[in-house]
Amino acid sequence: MHKLFPAFLALALLVAGCDSRDAASVDTGGSAKGDFGPPQGEPIKAVLTSPPQVPPPTGRSVPAKVIVELEVVEKEMAISEGVTYTFWTFGGTVPGSFIRVRQGDTVEFHLMNAPDSKMPHNIDLHGVTGPGGGAASSFTAPGHRSRFTFKALNAGLYVYHCATAPVGMHVANGMYGLILVEPPEGLPAVDREYYVMQGDFYTTGRYREKGHQPFDMEKAIAEHPTYVLFNGAEGSMTGDKALAARTGESVRLYVGNGGPNLVSSFHVIGEIFDKVWFEGGTRFQENVQTTLIPSGGAAMMEFHVEVPGSYVLVDHSIFRAFNKGALAILKADGEENREIYSGKEVDEMYLGDRALPNLGAVTTAAAAAKTGELTIEQQIDAGRALFAGTCSTCHQSDGRGLEGVFPPLAKSDWIAKGGKRVPETILRGMTGKVTVNGRDYDSVMPPMNQLTDDEIANISTYVLNSWDNGGGRVTKAEVAALRGTPAKQSAGE
Amino acid sequence: MRDVRRFPPWLLAILPLCGQAAESPDSYVTIPGGVFKSALRYEDTADGVRILPYQMKRAPVTNAEFLVFVRSHPEWNRVRAPSVLAEKRYLSHWSGALEPGSAAPPDQPVTWISWFAARSYCESQGARLPTWLEWEYAAAADPTRQDARGDPAWREQILSWYARPSNTPLPRVGQQPANVYGVQDLHGLVWEWIDDASALLVSSDNREQGAADKLRFCGAAALSTDDRENYAILMRVAMLSSVEPADATGNLGFRCARDVK
Repeated sequence: MHKLFPAFLALALLVAGCDSRDAASVDTGGSAKGDFGPPQGEPIKAVLTSPPQVPPPTGRSVPAKVIVELEVVEKEMAISEGVTYTFWTFGGTVPGSFIRVRQGDTVEFHLMNAPDSKMPHNIDLHGVTGPGGGAASSFTAPGHRSRFTFKALNAGLYVYHCATAPVGMHVANGMYGLILVEPPEGLPAVDREYYVMQGDFYTTGRYREKGHQPFDMEKAIAEHPTYVLFNGAEGSMTGDKALAARTGESVRLYVGNGGPNLVSSFHVIGEIFDKVWFEGGTRFQENVQTTLIPSGGAAMMEFHVEVPGSYVLVDHSIFRAFNKGALAILKADGEENREIYSGKEVDEMYLGDRALPNLGAVTTAAAAAKTGELTIEQQIDAGRALFAGTCSTCHQSDGRGLEGVFPPLAKSDWIAKGGKRVPETILRGMTGKVTVNGRDYDSVMPPMNQLTDDEIANISTYVLNSWDNGGGRVTKAEVAALRGTPAKQSAGE
Repeated sequence: MRDVRRFPPWLLAILPLCGQAAESPDSYVTIPGGVFKSALRYEDTADGVRILPYQMKRAPVTNAEFLVFVRSHPEWNRVRAPSVLAEKRYLSHWSGALEPGSAAPPDQPVTWISWFAARSYCESQGARLPTWLEWEYAAAADPTRQDARGDPAWREQILSWYARPSNTPLPRVGQQPANVYGVQDLHGLVWEWIDDASALLVSSDNREQGAADKLRFCGAAALSTDDRENYAILMRVAMLSSVEPADATGNLGFRCARDVK
């Protein structure tokens, strides 16, 4: 019996070694096995990066003392085009600076609160073992500095955030970020790493209402966000600022959700995550379309890029993507691979008016508008693209509408009575009776004031110059004048 | 003694007459007492706290007023003030120890003041710092109501100041409409020291509701807040509990109060 036992044990180990699923059921020991002894060598100053960049791997095989210096700055920044908001930030950005350490490291944390801050702040790092996650030790008045030290005992991707009263407001103003605690062996090498964090924002004005927008406490309590954003601003990762990759490369995203309220259905349109380290933990799931990221949680995901094009990062709770701003682009360059993908759009319905082929003309027009060289042809091209997304559902792509339901825009005697009626109707909508080309219509068109002045000008110009309408041109300035003073009262969302 | 100017005694004597106003007798208003529901939870006060009548200074103490005090109390000029009572940035925005200079106009509220210095100033006026309850009671009023705290528009107005960083010069005192008692600038200008600032029992981790480390705090003051929607009050308490009595910041000033004789 005694002789038999070791043989049995050896066999069991052998079997476990062959089957990865069994290996996965062996735990890493968590914090109890996360202390690798005292820090070795000279203290290291942590490399902090602004989103969407990620610091390089620590590349260390022994525990070190790592010094992190993070400054809290209250500052006004753009939340959308022509809209500003007073953000409270860790390191001057939303989300705050990315911190990267290795399991077993001793982290000496310095929290500075800028002298011109109005509020005291502190930090709770979910990667800290200890009451409050550092919050009680880092409460810092304006113009002061606090220090505390912790040992990073658990590997994983963790959210940090401010925990000063009123906590919800500090978080809603952008006070969150990510800290990565690498496992001792590091993470598998990839070609690209990016840092993305979702947050919901509550302003007194409506979505895209211009000017400075204060925080709206009532909406925050009701959990009715005005904006749902990646990296703190609409367009933070689109156009020139899109994330970049090349075909044949592997990409790892570190995605957090600061909240304060919403849970994210994180998805990349046109990609499948080869691996998701769900909840930012130790295990990965393979072949995932959409992963859930709770408020105050994070996940890592990895995919290999086969086909060039733009991949759209969205919160697949989809109204947030198209009506509240939760949209970013990863642009992959490289050779087409028609065996894998023929070139048509996969997710046309979701891409809507922001679909790629459309963006070309719109971008050209926007660029030309900036330099003052916008031609009427460019406006018409951009307007056609925008019309296809926003207007054609009802008015039809040929402008004929649906008789008795949606009035025609083609050869319209109503439009002929005044070209300004077009931008005006787009801005303000229309309710009630209207007679067009001899037929009565009585329905509701909602105001499309989420469109920018540029967009409305281009759509109007396109309509005026299409389908035998009499021609004409509407400029951005004219639309801006029409928009006039924005509605003062705060709409529901 | 580095930058202390030496003035002949006769000059010191007439300076207060040269427009560098000391507090005038009518700079205080009497606030009638009453029963008040504080946003902070006090023990055995389900029906509210009784506030005795008191007097409060109409506006925060200005640079000009504080200059008069510093001249007559040299132990409180920034060179002499001991660092245990006033940190090294005490009055650091003045151009000299007895000279506010252009960065600190006379009518602007004085800031970069420690709690100890604020208290000594009030003593010199035969007054004291207001208690938290006195401050909160007066600050609950708007120009027409004694208690405007339930009005979302009123809260929003207060919050809009809180939500902006202090990176622009401070306005003069007395620019905002007086509240129903005749007191100005309780909101929208500077944070203000209160007498019992260090007894405000707010944990430095404000989520530890009820489990706060009580040993770290003295006094039987507030454990938690009773008015969760009143973010403005929460933020003020958080601010006051983040500073030590010797600390000073660029947006923390004070005003005085006194008992009704």
